[in-house]
Amino acid sequence: MKDILVAAYDGSAASRRAVDFAIRQAGLIDASVVIAHVLEWSPYSFLTPQEIAERHKRRAEELARAQNALIDPLLKELGDAGVPVSAEVRYGHVAETICQIAKEARAGQVFVGRTGESRLAQRLFGSVAVTLAQISPVACTIVP
Amino acid sequence: MQHSFGSRALSRALALAFALCAAAPAWAQVETLDDTINRIFADSTGWFVSLIFSNFPGTSFPWIVGWLVVAATVFTLYFGFIQFRVLGHSIALVRGDYSDPRDAGEVSHFQALATALSGTVGLGNIAGVAVAVGIGGPGATFWMILAGLLGMASKFTECTLGVKYRNEYEDGTVSGGPMYYLTKGFAERGVPGGRVLAVLFSIFCIFGAFGGGNMFQANQAHQQLAGVFGDYPGWITGVVFAFIVFIVIVGGIKSIARVTEKVVPFMAILYVGTALVIIGMNIGNIGWAFTQIFRGAFTDMGIAGGAVGALIQGFKRAAFSNEAGVGSAAIAHSAVRTKEPVTEGFVSLLEPFIDTVVICTMTALVIIFTGQLVIDPETGRYVVDQGGHIVTATGATGVGLTSAAFASAFSWFPYLLVVAVVLFAFSTMISWSYYGLKAWTYLFGEGKQQELIFKILFCLFVIVGAAANLGPVIDFSDAAIFAMAVVNIIGLYVLMPIVKREVNGYLSRLRSGEIRKFT
Repeated sequence: MKDILVAAYDGSAASRRAVDFAIRQAGLIDASVVIAHVLEWSPYSFLTPQEIAERHKRRAEELARAQNALIDPLLKELGDAGVPVSAEVRYGHVAETICQIAKEARAGQVFVGRTGESRLAQRLFGSVAVTLAQISPVACTIVP
Repeated sequence: MQHSFGSRALSRALALAFALCAAAPAWAQVETLDDTINRIFADSTGWFVSLIFSNFPGTSFPWIVGWLVVAATVFTLYFGFIQFRVLGHSIALVRGDYSDPRDAGEVSHFQALATALSGTVGLGNIAGVAVAVGIGGPGATFWMILAGLLGMASKFTECTLGVKYRNEYEDGTVSGGPMYYLTKGFAERGVPGGRVLAVLFSIFCIFGAFGGGNMFQANQAHQQLAGVFGDYPGWITGVVFAFIVFIVIVGGIKSIARVTEKVVPFMAILYVGTALVIIGMNIGNIGWAFTQIFRGAFTDMGIAGGAVGALIQGFKRAAFSNEAGVGSAAIAHSAVRTKEPVTEGFVSLLEPFIDTVVICTMTALVIIFTGQLVIDPETGRYVVDQGGHIVTATGATGVGLTSAAFASAFSWFPYLLVVAVVLFAFSTMISWSYYGLKAWTYLFGEGKQQELIFKILFCLFVIVGAAANLGPVIDFSDAAIFAMAVVNIIGLYVLMPIVKREVNGYLSRLRSGEIRKFT
């Protein structure tokens, strides 16, 4: 069975570098790549009654937008990279959900970009790369 | 036919609201106009208010409170004390233990509960309880807790039905609530009259939304603010509130609502936490306090009406605070994403528990523990004034009594209480704007234009409520909220066998392991 690598992708330049790096590595070891795109979501966030009534509709729209605007163009671009690529779009806590996707896919490694925020910003807002480095169940490569 | 009736009624309602609103700033100063409006309103609706709030013959017990408590007792017995049997499972559902991770991004049980709670936790928990204990004595606390526990069964019944019979539209949005289960549920059981009850419910719900869910809240928020900043015209508070409500419900600026709603649970936790600290500081009184509560609940402690007076006040407060049986929560809970309607019923029964058994009880205990109620040292009975109120240590009543009780331990607390009351009022208004809207669209049809008309009317009534001291208008809208319960509970009696079938089916699958935790 082929090795599987998971690359986190949110449309940013940093995440694109992570995807490209994962593709190159996959090419070297004959692995396949799963692109993971996570829509930040907490089941404990507050919604107004109106938002609750419209949530199912909004969710469908958000998923469609992520698929059409981010994932499909990326998969198209990566089509001739010579590496099998698939994608997973999910809701949840970003770092935890990427770990979950890696676990379910039995991936050997996770790739994530870093945006290079200042220390202060990282301390205040946290960072997906740092959280993944701490909680990833498999090897985690942080791509600068 | 419905459309032409709708258009006529809409234009009349709009004209009335504009007239009321244009006159609102003037009411603040011109007494005569205010009085005229009061008189006209009292003359035309007084019979309705008297009917809803009238007492059982020969007693001072409002029949509507009896209606709510009897229904809660019937549902408790009919479902075999469901509120106690499934409490652990309810908490597991709220924690998301049974939620499919693939459904992430949909409305969670926690979110539905938090939103519904923000509509019920409000001034009643702070001021209403003080009134109940101030008249009914410590014994009222016992009856309030009992009624809160029974109310959990009513809430469970209505919210299960709310999800089961909601309308799901092609675009993925949902509308639910008593008007839908009254229509569809009655038709399913072959019982006539569902449509009539649904229309009546919707009319009462719209009046309730404009009144208790809007004008009363704006009015009370202004009273609180005026208490801090000194007296100033109410229409100023009204315009500011109306503007904020407008940009949330019409402009779709959810961030303001989110900020408020994030602060509301925090406030509630801070309120309960402070209450616990104060109880802790006076822990030496615990034996005495609980003796007062139990003695007051069953014996005559000198209060108006004796033990029965305590029962009336306690039941009344619980019923008015947690809205169990009123049907409003069924509208809020019906939008949750679940394949099992009964799970939302299980979650919703936590609402009266948190609202009444926890928050209301805290207010009552702080008032009792800090010794606000004056006892005659010779007789051991409470000292009661001519108006039937127990004399308090500071002379304060209502929200002032709660404030004084908390201030006896923390002098800064009254300021926090003002912020809490204003925020609770705002979140209650946002919730009721939605309940009213759903009733409105049920009557006049779904559509952007119908929704906009309702929302603009709602904002105009905010100004009216804050600007004017419209006693009869407020009385009428309170009566409308409880009239909702008359209609809703008739429906719940008819439809409770359907809920029973749902519960039995779900619980047997839970026991057999067919329904399992995901985590």
